[in-house]
Amino acid sequence: MSDQNRLSVFKTYKLYVGGKFPRSESGRVYEVQDHKGKWLANAPLSSRKDARDAVVAARKAFGGWSGATAYNRGQILYRVAEMLEGRKSQFVREVAHAEGLSKAKAAEVVEAAVDRWVWYAGWTDKIGQVVGGANPVAGPFFNLSTPEPTGVVTVVAPQESSFLGLVSVIAPVIATGNTAVVIASEKAPLPALSLGEVLATSDLPGGVVNILSGKAAEMGPHLAAHQDVNAIDLTGADADLARELEIAAADNLKRVLRRRTEDFTGSPGTDRMTAFLETKTVWHPTGSLGASGSAY
Amino acid sequence: MPTTASAASAFADVTTSESALRRFLHGLPGVDAVGLEARAASLGTRSIKTTAKAYAIDLAISMIDLTTLEGADTPGKVRALAAKAVHPDPTDRTTPTTAAVCVYPDMVATAKAALAGSGVKVASVATAFPAGRAALPVKLADTRDAIAAGADEIDMVIDRGAFLAGRYLEVFEQISAVKAECGDRARLKVIFETGELSTYDNIRRASWLGMMAGADFIKTSTGKVAVNATPANTLLMLEAVRDFRAQTGVQIGVKPAGGIRNTKDAVKFLVLVNETVGEDWLDNHWFRFGASSLLNDLLMQRQKLATGRYSGPDYVTVD
Repeated sequence: MSDQNRLSVFKTYKLYVGGKFPRSESGRVYEVQDHKGKWLANAPLSSRKDARDAVVAARKAFGGWSGATAYNRGQILYRVAEMLEGRKSQFVREVAHAEGLSKAKAAEVVEAAVDRWVWYAGWTDKIGQVVGGANPVAGPFFNLSTPEPTGVVTVVAPQESSFLGLVSVIAPVIATGNTAVVIASEKAPLPALSLGEVLATSDLPGGVVNILSGKAAEMGPHLAAHQDVNAIDLTGADADLARELEIAAADNLKRVLRRRTEDFTGSPGTDRMTAFLETKTVWHPTGSLGASGSAY
Repeated sequence: MPTTASAASAFADVTTSESALRRFLHGLPGVDAVGLEARAASLGTRSIKTTAKAYAIDLAISMIDLTTLEGADTPGKVRALAAKAVHPDPTDRTTPTTAAVCVYPDMVATAKAALAGSGVKVASVATAFPAGRAALPVKLADTRDAIAAGADEIDMVIDRGAFLAGRYLEVFEQISAVKAECGDRARLKVIFETGELSTYDNIRRASWLGMMAGADFIKTSTGKVAVNATPANTLLMLEAVRDFRAQTGVQIGVKPAGGIRNTKDAVKFLVLVNETVGEDWLDNHWFRFGASSLLNDLLMQRQKLATGRYSGPDYVTVD
């Protein structure tokens, strides 16, 4: 068949929840445009019920993911990088459209995002040594502090940096064993929704990352008040919304990573990981102190 | 309206012999399986919101037979369950109590003591639950023990082997004998294990057989097999109790059990009840849910309605 006769096949962008690709429960969609205002695709306009379902999926996945060995989590995050590398051209195109970048600039962004996965893949089994440790105590005990994941984390992804920013907020959350419910950039959700396809083929258990597109102002308050969400990252919320969400999040003492502007091209550091860790300290008795002051 | 009187006399002629009983049961109209499932599915699409939903949630909580039927049941677990039945949500004392706690016969005394003065009933499974594979004297002894220990309700299983082999009179006589053992002391629920009866026609026959033999309640399942309560088989049983009351004036209760895990499902069943048999059955004297995990979901939804915030499993008991 000649090219002129072929009908192009458009992709239906769908949510990524619990390892599956559902449409919004509400059946709603909204138009996504490129930086020049040209129509790109329709994206699902998620409702609070989609958000609720995503929290259920994330909670269900938490036990398995937080219980997996740090080494295994690292391998899976590295696998995400491998899968992303293989689909680079698609993401370069989507990022170029979404952010109005040239092909070369968009390629740099996608490569940085791949590298970001690798960076966090390396951290999974090292963060414990950095923020945990053995504490010297004045008694016959081994005293060990270890970082533990907080639980289900809601992430309001950055509005402008639709892909590198997105990866930079998701990867640190899941690297340490949390599970995430992500509200993608409202204006440019397509790279995020495509990232769901990459995650689904990377051995990442379903429900560890759940990606919703739509209005942060619509879903955010419900997620911030949700009693089964343990933490919230407000990076992509505007000032008014961030204030509202912080108030709602106070009710069950969620951990809050406050809204801030960030240059995602720089070195990520570890503070996004430590924001969603809790320290567990265990005292192991070693027996009574001998005359020398030590039992061992 | 007569409520608990046995309907045995109305059917004295059909229960005299095996052949007469078979003729009667096989003479019941056949079930339109496609129509039944379509009806159940279409009633499941009703949208129940706001105040109606709050009413449905409280009604459903008050209809639950909070059940623990595990080999690993301990007195401690039964006491914990009893405490939950009395105060399902300790943070909100306006929550209704459940209808009953359902346990094995040896746990009845423990449950009875834990529930004393609360108005929550104790139901006990009996008659060699869940298989029902024991001789009649054993089944009667099982029932007697449970009642002696203080059970207010007896959940018996029918002998599915005899039923499927066509020995209807044997099943009838067993139910009658257990009913006689219960007398006025306990209400009798008859479990058909609909998942093992293969066809809707069989479920309709079993329903009539149980009602004629003196059941106070007909119950879908034990919760121990793959297929438990479904909207379709519950609808069929509701139609049976409706027709039975029209014919005899005797009202019989219905209890779907097993597989009802969330509020949405429970509300669907309540819609079935209201649309099929009407408000007379919208009461925990006439309709029950056999469930355990359902209660937690109902409580989480109740908290959501009360506070506007989604609740989570951290705010209900683990049981």
